Amino acid sequence: MSEIAIKVDGVSKNFLLPHERRNSIKSKVVNLFKNTDKTVEVQHALNDISFEVKKGEFFGILGRNGSGKSTLLKILAEIYKPTAGDVEVKGKLVPFIELGVGFNPELTGRENVYLNGALLGFSKREIDARYDDIVDFAELEGFMDQRLKNYSSGMQVRLAFSVATRADADILLIDEVLAVGDADFQRKCYDYFKSLKKLKKTVVFVSHDMSAIREFCDRAILIEKSKKIKEGDAEMVATEYSRLFLNLDSETHNNQSNERWGDKRASFDTVKITSAKVLTQESKEITFTATFTAHQDIDTLVSGSSITNAAGVEICGTNTQHQRIRLDNVKKGEKITLNWSYDNIFSDGIHTINVTLHGLNSGSVADWWEGAEAFSVKREEKSPFPASPAINLEITRKGEAK
Amino acid sequence: MQSKLYRKYRYSLILLRELVVTEFKLRYQGSVLGYLWSVLRPIFLFVILYLVFVFFLKIGSDVPHWPVALLLGIVLWNFFSEVTNNGVTSIVNRGDVIRKINFPKYVIVLAGSVSALINLAINLVVIAIFMAINGVELHWSALLSPLFIFEIFALALGLSFFLSSAYVRIRDINYIWEVIMQGLFYASAIIYPVAMVVERSPQLAQLLLLNPVAQAVQDIRHVLISDANPTLLTLSHGNVLLWLIPIGIVIFVFLVGAYQFKKRSPYFAEEV
Repeated sequence: MSEIAIKVDGVSKNFLLPHERRNSIKSKVVNLFKNTDKTVEVQHALNDISFEVKKGEFFGILGRNGSGKSTLLKILAEIYKPTAGDVEVKGKLVPFIELGVGFNPELTGRENVYLNGALLGFSKREIDARYDDIVDFAELEGFMDQRLKNYSSGMQVRLAFSVATRADADILLIDEVLAVGDADFQRKCYDYFKSLKKLKKTVVFVSHDMSAIREFCDRAILIEKSKKIKEGDAEMVATEYSRLFLNLDSETHNNQSNERWGDKRASFDTVKITSAKVLTQESKEITFTATFTAHQDIDTLVSGSSITNAAGVEICGTNTQHQRIRLDNVKKGEKITLNWSYDNIFSDGIHTINVTLHGLNSGSVADWWEGAEAFSVKREEKSPFPASPAINLEITRKGEAK
Repeated sequence: MQSKLYRKYRYSLILLRELVVTEFKLRYQGSVLGYLWSVLRPIFLFVILYLVFVFFLKIGSDVPHWPVALLLGIVLWNFFSEVTNNGVTSIVNRGDVIRKINFPKYVIVLAGSVSALINLAINLVVIAIFMAINGVELHWSALLSPLFIFEIFALALGLSFFLSSAYVRIRDINYIWEVIMQGLFYASAIIYPVAMVVERSPQLAQLLLLNPVAQAVQDIRHVLISDANPTLLTLSHGNVLLWLIPIGIVIFVFLVGAYQFKKRSPYFAEEV
């Protein structure tokens, strides 16, 4: 058990980013006469990362978007070469950074299976042996001789996933983006992850979704701003991650300011959570206030809010128009505060609050602010569904018991 | 020992096979005549060049079996240009795959050249038929022709390695290469007999044949069609040292190309 499958030792990765892409001779020649040093910016994507993954371990890499976790995964997969440090991998490693690598729309489903399989290291004979299985699992009998371009996107994903799950590797690298698609497919993915766990495969799983990390991983590391800031038990790392989200409020505001737009004829001043920022399953609701100021006279305004989970799914929301509340004749300089309250129907994980100000029927946006605030929900039972409202189930059984 | 080597290159072999098969399937997809085009294309080009240069301009009438030699030259040139032209853009074209999975990158370049090689094999069958119709006598020396084809292949592959890795960073490469190929076509004695140049100046003919493409094409014409086709060896009266120059160029180009490719390939994923 204590055998080491992956050893990462002091790995750093820098990307050289030319401010202007110079990949034509002309710009290179022109550039010869200028001071070239100034035009290249060094981006430190990873900074001195070290950790070990033991054989048979389900290991999580947790981090926010842009923290460097995907770069780390690509280094483990030997797609990128580290600028410094070493990666040692023992055993056959198969990366799933994206499904259906090399899929060509002009080829038939059958031909794509062989092509994709070859990239994953299967010989023709090995695919031959698994072929019926793959088609069965993808539920695509009768479609295999059609070209891929005539497949629906769902069919393509099913086919790709079906090939991928046949890879018999010692170590699997899985990116969270694998689990995109409809709920049915997500469950299939999660079932597959569980089966990997049972088979005692070594898995490195990258995600920004702490509930997924909690559910599957034994141990995890937390990456933030290119550095490893936590390593250990998955539960502990996930908790640290949620703290990171909540403590850095002011910073998240800055980070997400680009997801805010509108003509600013009226704009939000503050959005504040007035209940606890961490909800448990006992918490009944999340409440927050949103205050905005009108910068000119406005006949009719509509203000709304919605809640988004870590996977980017908008779970619920409403606005004054839907609630049949009129916000008419708003005068310049007027401050209006809305007190929102949502029942705690949320599943485990980080959620963000979005607030909006616009005209009727979502027309002419005045201020649209995504990620104005964030809160975290902790539930003991993990659900693959985006919402966990109270569900009652009564069962009646008829007929005589013997 | 053999199996150990096989294991090491197993992945490359699997990939190479699958990429070659794919490329072949995709090439003529949607066309009515399909694979037939790989034979028809050089024949049509041959007909045009034959009409212009042989029929109207009366070039090569004193060279035995010149039309066959012309077709052979065109087929060999097409092979050379197919390998290098596919080669230049091959890495960039596969950028999406390179960014997602790690695999030996040289397989991509190799796959493009192997499918050109298959194409050449089909075309050589056509040549054989033309040779039979024209009553070309075969000699034992014909067995040497694969060696010279290999020489062209090695040169084209070395160039492809170099060009494809450079193209990742400098996107002007394919335009530059297009121009070079135009020049090289006329410098390689494809559409005119070398004998014509010899009449003017034997020195110039020797200089011309220092170009490996010209030398190899001429050597193949010599051994396959008629020994009336002068080669670098016959022109220099058996000066092997001189003959080593084009061979040396091929080896040099291949080594430099392979070295450059090996050095740059770990960074393709982030640069492409």
